[in-house]
Amino acid sequence: MREFTYARPEHAEEAVRLVAAGDAAYLAGGTNLVDLMKLGVARPGLLVDITALGLDFIAEAPDGGLRIGAGTHNSDLAASPLVRRRYPVLAQAILAGASGQLRNQATVGGNLLQRTRCSYFQDVSKPCNKRNPGSGCPARTGEHHNLAILGASERCIATHPSDMAVALSALDAVVHVREPGGQREIPLADFYLLPGDRPDRETALHPAALITAVDVPPLPFARRSAYRKIRERASYAFAIGSLAAAIEVADGVVADFRLSFGGLAPVPWRARLAEEALRGQPASPEAFRDAAARELAAARPLRDNAYKIDLITAATEQMLCALSG
Amino acid sequence: MSEANTSSTVVLYVNGTRHRLSLDHRTTVLDALREHLDLTGTKKGCDHGQCGACTVLLDGRRVNGCLVLAITTDGKQITTIEGLGTSGDLHPMQRAFVAQDALQCGYCTPGQICSAVAMLEEAQRGWPSAVTADVADETIGLDFTEIRERMSGNLCRCGAYANIVTAITEAAR
Repeated sequence: MREFTYARPEHAEEAVRLVAAGDAAYLAGGTNLVDLMKLGVARPGLLVDITALGLDFIAEAPDGGLRIGAGTHNSDLAASPLVRRRYPVLAQAILAGASGQLRNQATVGGNLLQRTRCSYFQDVSKPCNKRNPGSGCPARTGEHHNLAILGASERCIATHPSDMAVALSALDAVVHVREPGGQREIPLADFYLLPGDRPDRETALHPAALITAVDVPPLPFARRSAYRKIRERASYAFAIGSLAAAIEVADGVVADFRLSFGGLAPVPWRARLAEEALRGQPASPEAFRDAAARELAAARPLRDNAYKIDLITAATEQMLCALSG
Repeated sequence: MSEANTSSTVVLYVNGTRHRLSLDHRTTVLDALREHLDLTGTKKGCDHGQCGACTVLLDGRRVNGCLVLAITTDGKQITTIEGLGTSGDLHPMQRAFVAQDALQCGYCTPGQICSAVAMLEEAQRGWPSAVTADVADETIGLDFTEIRERMSGNLCRCGAYANIVTAITEAAR
């Protein structure tokens, strides 16, 4: 690991100023960053510890939604009675990720900005367009059974690893950031970038942007919501596919519906085509299946990951039957 | 970069004892314990947060010592396996592991025990898990399925899981 200096400022402005000067990274829980530093993937010369900035809070917003401080530990967010009652999909998504130890240390802001677990990205001896632009992508012809089928490019087929972000995507969360030029709010839908020709650019943020909070708007029908994660062992593994859904059914008809996929794309994948297809339709297994198929028609699987299409179609049908039953 | 600003003085409270250490910023809690304080009960397994052998309690909460930089724990309380019990006065979780033969080689055991102790407190506080049927439920029944899920961050390559779950069930009573 490269040597680094360390600062623990008490004001967000100071933290942003330090990182904006370059060769620096924010440190919150460190569960991803410290690992990437050990691997040589991340090599900051300065770590700016943001745990003294007062970003650890969960507050009820005046509109009935939630404001979550970016420094809130994942385990505290999943344990929050407000989250568990109003947004079960969010509690379930967080609990589906990592282990008890990691959730105690990891934070909401860091979870949004965690890096892909594509094995080529994490191995500095291998080419990777995300880590080393222009070096190539061995995953296309190599080990890709767990990589993207939606939204990928010739340059990169990495998947976004977060479970929490998939739930936040379905809930239309808004991310608050402080950048050198001031503060702004970015809807999660605009937060992540598809890889295209620049897989090294993953978000719409300024390189020195500091996430300060995440807003979750009120969504009464999210009381009937859920997260399902499918992985290669029963627990403590990244998704091969996942989904976050909330559904409102009135008189047997789908009145409203939210759906996002995880583990299938370089970003948390909001399934807007499926949502449009299902609204106003009868709440039936066939309609659920058709809605998933509508979204997945855009899938471009490679040699070893086409199985994800059937997997997620079936999982979507199963979950929506359970939620609407 | 000068040597001076890549290391700092850190005060750690380990098992109730205050230690003042000068540490390279790259030092993890795990390495501080083992290399600087000779507390070798906490084990280094994968060193990447994947196996749980390095689990310690940081201000009472279980974390992976290998992913926490010691510089970030200045002034905090760390509890290791050495602080849970002594050979003459074992912690109830340690007694249960012995009674249920919940180990083979023993390398993962300190991490398993620290993790299990904190896990029981999480369940007592009503924290749900990924297998809790209704996450809004405020009381948690710790059956085998719940224990397995909540302990999934601690791997055991000898495969002593069956007895580990039994031991934790016994200690939880």
